[in-house]
Amino acid sequence: MTRYIVRRLFLGIVVVWIVSIIIFTVSRIGPDPALMIAPPGADEAEIKTIHERFGLDKPWLVQYYIFAKRALRGDFGESIYYGLPVSEIIWQRIPYTILLVGAAQLIALAIGVSAGVLATRRRGQWLDNLVRWFSLTGLSMPNFWIAMLLILIFSIGLRILPTGGTGTIWHLLMPAFSLGWYFSAGYTRITYSSLFQVLNSEYIKMARIKGLSEFSVVGKHALKNALIPIVTLAGMNLVIMVSSAVAIETVFSWPGVGLLMYHGAIYRDFNIAQAVVLFISVSMVAMNLLVDILYAYIDPRIRYQ
Amino acid sequence: MMDEKPLLQVIGLTTYFFTFGRTIKAANNVSFEVNKGERVALIGESGCGKSTVALSILRVLPPSARIVEGKVFFEGEDLLKKTPQEMARIRGKKLSMILQDTMLSLDPVFTIGNQLEETLRRHTELRGEAVKQRMEELLLDVMIPDPERRLKQFPHEMSGGMRQRVVGAMAFSCAPKLLIADEATTNLDVTIQLQYLNLLKDLQEKTGVTLLFITHNLGIVAEMCDYVLVMYAGKIVERSPVMDIFEAPAHPYTRALLEAAFGLQDLSKRKPIPGEPPNLASLPPGCSFHLRCSFAQERCRREDPGEISLNPRRSVKCWYFVKNIH
Amino acid sequence: MIIKQRKYLEKFLYFSEQVSEFWRRAPKVPLVILILLLATGISADFLAFGHDPEVGNPRLRLLPPFWYEGGTTKYPLGTDTMGRDILTRLIYGSRVSLLVAFAAVIVASVIGTILGILAGFFGGWVDQLVMRFTDAWLSIPTVMFGILLAVIVGPSVFNIIIIMGLVFWTRYARVTRGETLSLKTREFVQLATVAGCSKLRIMRKHILPNVINNVITLASMQIGIVVVVEASLTFLGVGVPPPKPAWGLMLSEGRGGLLAGYWWLIVLPGVAIALLVMSFNLVGDWLRLYLDPHYRNIEA
Repeated sequence: MTRYIVRRLFLGIVVVWIVSIIIFTVSRIGPDPALMIAPPGADEAEIKTIHERFGLDKPWLVQYYIFAKRALRGDFGESIYYGLPVSEIIWQRIPYTILLVGAAQLIALAIGVSAGVLATRRRGQWLDNLVRWFSLTGLSMPNFWIAMLLILIFSIGLRILPTGGTGTIWHLLMPAFSLGWYFSAGYTRITYSSLFQVLNSEYIKMARIKGLSEFSVVGKHALKNALIPIVTLAGMNLVIMVSSAVAIETVFSWPGVGLLMYHGAIYRDFNIAQAVVLFISVSMVAMNLLVDILYAYIDPRIRYQ
Repeated sequence: MMDEKPLLQVIGLTTYFFTFGRTIKAANNVSFEVNKGERVALIGESGCGKSTVALSILRVLPPSARIVEGKVFFEGEDLLKKTPQEMARIRGKKLSMILQDTMLSLDPVFTIGNQLEETLRRHTELRGEAVKQRMEELLLDVMIPDPERRLKQFPHEMSGGMRQRVVGAMAFSCAPKLLIADEATTNLDVTIQLQYLNLLKDLQEKTGVTLLFITHNLGIVAEMCDYVLVMYAGKIVERSPVMDIFEAPAHPYTRALLEAAFGLQDLSKRKPIPGEPPNLASLPPGCSFHLRCSFAQERCRREDPGEISLNPRRSVKCWYFVKNIH
Repeated sequence: MIIKQRKYLEKFLYFSEQVSEFWRRAPKVPLVILILLLATGISADFLAFGHDPEVGNPRLRLLPPFWYEGGTTKYPLGTDTMGRDILTRLIYGSRVSLLVAFAAVIVASVIGTILGILAGFFGGWVDQLVMRFTDAWLSIPTVMFGILLAVIVGPSVFNIIIIMGLVFWTRYARVTRGETLSLKTREFVQLATVAGCSKLRIMRKHILPNVINNVITLASMQIGIVVVVEASLTFLGVGVPPPKPAWGLMLSEGRGGLLAGYWWLIVLPGVAIALLVMSFNLVGDWLRLYLDPHYRNIEA
């Protein structure tokens, strides 16, 4: 098991390294950053000062080296707007995004997994159709549009939910739902196919032959086996949700890292924008690693690969 | 050896599979009895309906199958009239089964110990330390050394032969009255097969359990069983004590089986049965075997033979058996 | 002479039979919707009632749809904040969305397929390199990456196509790599190698045609999400730039009017997006099953 983890860890580090190169390259391919940092109408001398100050005149490779070295120490520079170290700002905003994404994940799982389980039981045609339509619409509507519709209905029409900001669970409800709806479709499908496959397997037949209670058969044996792909998907979705949350955070003025990155990009505060993207990417790699480990814990066969 | 009432009495069991617009007649009017302490074999080609009969008795058929007719008396009670909860209490405890593929029939994400334990906890009063002891005993009974270590292992960590013994231990754990072994040795190496069969014999002596072997391997039948039921196209076409059937098979199918397996005169004369196994979704009229039978006559093509009794313990489903017995 | 004509006739009959079979089994409603939307996109210039999608009449701004009081049939679905006819903008918007979506998918599939075939075919360190690169690229959050790129190179239709191509190529790489790996072991590829074909020729003539099927299937499944991501980026201001009539822009401009009650500004463009994506999804799902009777799941 440890060898498995070590190998995954090593690969993860390689991937993170490549990510940093990609992001670094991207932010250097545009027009001279100095032009964007400098006030309009700056002359050559001023631009040259900026070059020296931010080390933009050094060769690309050296710039990357400095960037990487600082990044490993957690230093991502200062935000031009806030004047504070970027890492501090990110640290402050992260909990909001985690809250939003966590809530969305819970909603998506609750709806998706139960819909998938219901689909295997085949209680009725109308339920099947309902589930299918719910999933289809979730996949087809942009999440920020869902958000605006909800605001239209609940905030403006019925006046029972706030239009934005944070504070209470009522503030969390609409953002989390608009974010999560899309993902519930994936969970429904994978729960259904996984459960279907498991329920038709020999060991479930054997469990019944042994005379175990139906609760044991489904709730213990079937569930654990069916969980594996669901868990994998949940892990991957977690970080995709953070990216999808950008539009939602914009609509609801939810002070998470998505909104932070967006503002950073729009207002040319590149340190922030770059740092957030890097941070999320690294989290994604870490999440994949975690999911792999969890996977090996649940399914013992994986440990020996 | 014989008790007044048979342990298992199957009467007119008919099970159909309903799938993709076809009806597959897996078991047609199957009737037989198994007496206490016997070792009965149910033989036939793959796909003739043997497993379906076993699954019907235990009532663990897939949703696409239905028991259309019949009665299954076990210890005097009709199992087909039991509720699912009652059946769950009987399965694993009084009536037990071993499946063919052990890699598939053991849950890959739980340890052997866990899977053994759940059966014991379900059907016995044993708890805690007593359960652990009993499990170790069971493993030793099936000749698995170092049981403490084995209990912590997962199915994929064991060899096929060991898994088969574990499955055997599970089947015997709650002292069943009847054990059905569905192709239990088919996936094993020949040397291990023999070991395993002897193990079953020993266990039977110890516990007095009744055995029903489902197999297509005539060698096992010769080695292990006292009574044979021959199945073809979902019907029992011959039933007889083992010695009689090997010496003088009555049904042409049985004859062909024996010839195919052993060659009555010498091994070089082994020949396969001509034709193909029947399509259970569309059986031919008359006798199901007539298309492949070298003795087929006009009557066979028209009428499905009833069962004709040769002696109290033998019967055969064929019009022209008289000509076949030397 | 007669024989040649006969052959053509047979081919024609076979072809028309395939088409009618396809039509018989296809999900009619979404397919029709899709075709309609495609048609409106292409013939937008003819359908507009003389309204300009980019320049409006500020004195007629924020008119409601015609069934409301204050609305007129001249502007059937109302006007937006700058007095532009919404229906016209919706029609032209379909052209923008479809164009960007198709182009982006083509870019993504080209990049991904090339990389995938290279990785699968050469194996070894080439494969490892491409795989880690793909992993890294996949780890980067899509929308944020799109925003970053768009801000750096500036928003334009061309740029957004390239950006989305860059965002979505990874799945194609994964899928084609897998297919190439399994194709590599097949006899006809081995025969070609033995016969002395250059590697490029093998990749082009033997592997590529067999991989195309999967690529098309993946593309048909992905195009829905491409439309949604484009709408998101445009909504955020980093996609198609104003004053072009893009549905995402209509949504971002309409957002301000929410609190004042001008609901049609956001509901109508959203419905258009949802309709398009839903039709894509339904047809795409069906197409996947139609092309592959074994229900193989191609999910990277």
